[in-house]
Amino acid sequence: MTSFVRIRHLSRVFDVSKPWLNRVLERLPKTQLTAVSDVSFEIPERQVYALVGESGSGKSTIGKMLVGLLPPSEGAVEIDGVDLSRESDPGKLSATRDKIQMIFQDPYASLNPRWRVRDIINEPVAAKGGDTRGLAERLLEQVGLSPADAVKYPHEFSGGQRQRICVARALASQPRLIVCDEPTSALDVSVQAQVLNLMSDLQEDLGLTYLFITHDLAVVQHVADRIGVLYLGRLVEEADAEALFDAPRHPYTQMLFDAAPRMDGFGREVTPPKGEIPDPINPPAGCAFHPRCPMAEEWCKRERPDLRKYGSHRVACHFAQA
Amino acid sequence: MMAQAQSVADRLRGLGGGKSKGAVETSSLTPPVLALRDLVVEIPTRHGVLRPVDGVSYDIHAGEILGVVGESGAGKSMAGNAVIGLLDRPARVASGRIRLNGERIEGVSPKKMRPLRGKKIAMVFQDPLTSLNPLLPIGDQLSETILAHLPVSKREARARALAALEEVGIPAAAERLDSYPHEFSGGMRQRVVIALALCAEPDLLIADEPTTALDVSVQAQIIALLKRLCRERGMAVMLVTHDMGVIAEAADRVAVMYAGRLAELGPVAEVLRAPRHPYTHGLMGATPLAAKGQARLNQIPGAMPRLDALPQGCAFHPRCPKAGPACSFSAPTPMRMSADHSASCHFPMMPEPEAAPL
Repeated sequence: MTSFVRIRHLSRVFDVSKPWLNRVLERLPKTQLTAVSDVSFEIPERQVYALVGESGSGKSTIGKMLVGLLPPSEGAVEIDGVDLSRESDPGKLSATRDKIQMIFQDPYASLNPRWRVRDIINEPVAAKGGDTRGLAERLLEQVGLSPADAVKYPHEFSGGQRQRICVARALASQPRLIVCDEPTSALDVSVQAQVLNLMSDLQEDLGLTYLFITHDLAVVQHVADRIGVLYLGRLVEEADAEALFDAPRHPYTQMLFDAAPRMDGFGREVTPPKGEIPDPINPPAGCAFHPRCPMAEEWCKRERPDLRKYGSHRVACHFAQA
Repeated sequence: MMAQAQSVADRLRGLGGGKSKGAVETSSLTPPVLALRDLVVEIPTRHGVLRPVDGVSYDIHAGEILGVVGESGAGKSMAGNAVIGLLDRPARVASGRIRLNGERIEGVSPKKMRPLRGKKIAMVFQDPLTSLNPLLPIGDQLSETILAHLPVSKREARARALAALEEVGIPAAAERLDSYPHEFSGGMRQRVVIALALCAEPDLLIADEPTTALDVSVQAQIIALLKRLCRERGMAVMLVTHDMGVIAEAADRVAVMYAGRLAELGPVAEVLRAPRHPYTHGLMGATPLAAKGQARLNQIPGAMPRLDALPQGCAFHPRCPKAGPACSFSAPTPMRMSADHSASCHFPMMPEPEAAPL
């Protein structure tokens, strides 16, 4: 079985050194920030894969590499069998890129304020010289807006409506994969529910595959088929949504679940997790989570656990039971 | 430190504060720390007068966290700003009363408001970076606030600043007094801001979305900190947020706001488990946390109305599944649902005989 999306040993390193003159004068070495390190996962067609993690875990960087906004430092992104960074046939590459679209977090920043909605939605098709007659109107209707909205400007819409326009734009080139980077984080709860419902309807109707990037565990639990948990640029646990929420195996995932607010948590006294995400420029040796881990032993400080497979569950912890 | 927290909690209980949940009845002899009565905030514009806060009444007692929840534009922050006297002109308190420890503070002169702000009422904002001066070490910022409000020497102010940082859980506080805000992480910065708000020992803390910009694990730390401080110091806290989960975890009572009006007010467990106002009910259904296992989230059709186009009668009626003819011309007033639970609705939801566990 081949998956629609295959991410293999993906890494991304950013150079965050000071300007070279300062470096020479102050005799500083180059400093590098490893945002994503050796991440591999697959997304079967018509599935929703969610990447969860706190800020600085590298989830957005993976999303950007997937759509080709950032080149990977190492590893490969393969979509429908085409390796995006190594494919030499430009026709094939361009055809594959057409299958990918992205929805961003902030619908206020991702729409050009000087363009009419029609032009915004048509652009992905128009840029390739495609036929755009009636396209915007049809898509607007599909995302629950009125075709008459096509002549308006983005400022005439509320946040939720703007996010619908972003969804319509993403659908214009008939993609098969949509990368959604925190698509509902900027929205109110009632509007978030509208957008999430819309996205899951579209997924069923059009047979879309989603990569869902978010920090909100509640949203993840609601939408995802399979979940990958990231910590400091590495995948620490991956499992089917239900299995993960029933029995998280990695102590970090457990900590995240415990820390997340609960609707029935009235007067709950939680022992809040200790510490914060460490500095990614100087990550701790061994398992990156060991300074905050309640189970950590000497071993964890020296040796980084591999991501091992237990059935359909993958966990990177020395203490994960089979 | 845990033992100390425990003993303070015990003492509060001994005083008849009870578990903070029951504090409402027991402390009715002393006036509430904050009492709002029919508060109206108006913004005159060219297109008429807007009312971002329209007839809101609630109390916050000592040692209690009142969660104020609502979507953007509900007027929840505006009410907090009115209390601390930080309304941006031309917004103004048009009518109603704000009482702090029984004394009226609405419309007092800026000169009289100054000593109250910081000393009696403190505020924590969403973004810790904007509430700290990037050019001053945090120790100086803390001492400055202490010196402004308390009659102490510079040396003592610094000692108090150190104590405040230790209390909010900054590791190695003595070394970090001379650090600048940019040297702290987001969560630590929010702790510094809380220390800054608490250093003059206020009676009322207004926390406006204090955890919205933070990660879940850090959010849990900040909530635990707020709960501990509220309990240990008997401080009243107004926790303004849009996150139902945070409300469930932190608040004793909750006020749900919609379009500037109070939709529902009551003990947090009662309001969240068996909401009586259709808006609260809709919000709970739309929250993915509460909708476990459901294929679709319940969505509330439409969006919050703009303030210059508020519907007649109940502001929620165009989106309300239970709306009847009365709703479109008469605005409902708060009705008692139980001892300390009220909802402003003509057709409140009946509590289900067996409330499904969330």
